[in-house]
Amino acid sequence: MRLSDIKKDWLRNKSVYFLALPMLVYFFIFNYLPIGGIMLAFEDYTARGGTLGSEWIGIKNFITFFSTYYFPRLMRNTILISLQNMVVNFPAPIILALLLNEMENQIFKKTVQTMSYMPFFVSTVVICGIIQDFVGMNGPITTALVSLGVLPKAQDLLSLKPFFVPILVVSNVWQGMGYGSIIFLAVLSSVDQELYEAAKIDGAGRWKQTLHITIPGIRTMIMMMLIMQVSSLLNVAMDKIILLYRPTTYEVADVIMSFVYRRGLMEGAYGFSTAVQIFNSIVSMLLLIIANATSRKYSEFSLF
Amino acid sequence: MGNRADMLNNLDESAISKKRNEKNNAIKDTPARVGFKVFNYIFLTLLGILCLIPLWHLLMLSFSNPNLAVKANGVVLWPLSGVNASTQEAMSATLGGYQIVFKNSALIRGYANTIFYVGAGCILSVICASIGAYCISRRTIFGSYLLIIMMLSMFFNGGMIPTYMVNKALGLVNTRWVIVLTGMLSVFNIIILQMAFRNLPDGLEESAQLDGAGHFTMLFKISLPLIKASIAVITLMYAIQKWNDYMTAQIYIRNSKLYPLQIILRQILLDAQAPEGVDISTMESQGNMQELVKYCTTIVGTVPLLCFYPFIQKYFVKGIMIGSMKG
Repeated sequence: MRLSDIKKDWLRNKSVYFLALPMLVYFFIFNYLPIGGIMLAFEDYTARGGTLGSEWIGIKNFITFFSTYYFPRLMRNTILISLQNMVVNFPAPIILALLLNEMENQIFKKTVQTMSYMPFFVSTVVICGIIQDFVGMNGPITTALVSLGVLPKAQDLLSLKPFFVPILVVSNVWQGMGYGSIIFLAVLSSVDQELYEAAKIDGAGRWKQTLHITIPGIRTMIMMMLIMQVSSLLNVAMDKIILLYRPTTYEVADVIMSFVYRRGLMEGAYGFSTAVQIFNSIVSMLLLIIANATSRKYSEFSLF
Repeated sequence: MGNRADMLNNLDESAISKKRNEKNNAIKDTPARVGFKVFNYIFLTLLGILCLIPLWHLLMLSFSNPNLAVKANGVVLWPLSGVNASTQEAMSATLGGYQIVFKNSALIRGYANTIFYVGAGCILSVICASIGAYCISRRTIFGSYLLIIMMLSMFFNGGMIPTYMVNKALGLVNTRWVIVLTGMLSVFNIIILQMAFRNLPDGLEESAQLDGAGHFTMLFKISLPLIKASIAVITLMYAIQKWNDYMTAQIYIRNSKLYPLQIILRQILLDAQAPEGVDISTMESQGNMQELVKYCTTIVGTVPLLCFYPFIQKYFVKGIMIGSMKG
């Protein structure tokens, strides 16, 4: 690229660059300016000093975080909730897509699909309201558990520690399974139909076809999704958690992001919670790199 | 790019399924296969019903008699009504809950606010995203750098607190604009639109320029009408997201006059607050009525989107597929 090219380009496309300017300003202000704000993590933030004028205290915020009893609790909760969620919620949409794919009656298939997306359109707040109603004192699920003998007496399940994570995970399945299956169904329908013909001639049954054609056909998509999931291990979706947890269940429900929200925005410990969040981002980045490298080594697929 | 169009065509499900049906009819199924099919149909039917049941339950409860609704402890499949055994009073199904809900000034204001946020957000978002996408799709030397600058923002951002501080410094906290501006320009949308622009024929641009069309004429009069489908997709996705978003307001809005619907819903559903401006003291059984109001509020807050979704899901599916294919 020579200077004269740039000059010519500028003369020709000046107006395009001016048009793009507002967009650049937007991204600068709302995305890149906050990155500078991570220096909050190294400060003892005071309202008087502000972001630029507060006292610089080095990594003291990080040390404080690692030495409180919150640290092991948050790490344990975040990883446990994430893993349980992943074990159930990662395969669910794939299985649903495979089962839907086996349906030959198209009207039936469409209907089931439409029904399964529906919870995705319901807002998180309403979903949490529904959860609270279903597992409350008189909720259908509580009643069912009592009559099955799992629970000695009717209680609000959300305030019981052992029930919190299962409730969260199951409600996530309900909410996201249908929506998650869309992408897999799309990939499934682009698998070459002639492969199935060839397999049939070779005498492969439907199960064999699924195992040797369908699954390999969607393997790339599965790997891609898996890498994304692993890298967001620490970024448990907190919006649902902060709506559902109570002080009695903080012990099992409080995760890093909900802690950042509570300590930072509700209690005003800006410096400290920024430090916690930076720790979270660094670990997530490492996880992404590790997951990507592992995938490249064993399945010859990688995001970058 | 032509490749992508081919793939989309391939995804025309009905054609494929027709082909598949013919083939499957030709070959007789083994008993195991028949067994699997029966299981599959039953299982998926149950699953579909299971997805709907919770909302159906609430819908039916919202019409029920409040005294019976509170005592109900199973899944309710039709509005509850009956006769009180001791007093022989009729306990009929009622619309009373909805009457209270629609008199709730906070809820109505929440509705109006949300409609404003979604409306203003959609318009600004689509205009800005299409201008951005248009600039990137032009053949300029720095166009691809623009894209990279945006893409990087998906991976690197300051996080919750620093973003909050920036918004605070800009004086946006506790104003309507913070909700409209947050997430206004989505990188994902810009990418979708710029792909659509690039798919338009080259001659279009040249001939328009020969006719003396400027960038705005080019963009709004010529290019945009040709990519209506993509615009519809991103608008819908954005609107749904905005309608359901409560986190932004939760973080930035303290003034109850600016609360969107979702915050009002949270107060009524989860914090068990008696909705502001509602007088339920005249009701003989306040607590029961409050429960009923909760159910009605859920329905009122959810139904607008649910009415649309069977119609928009086609676009929705397409949007997801376009999004995945760029990756």
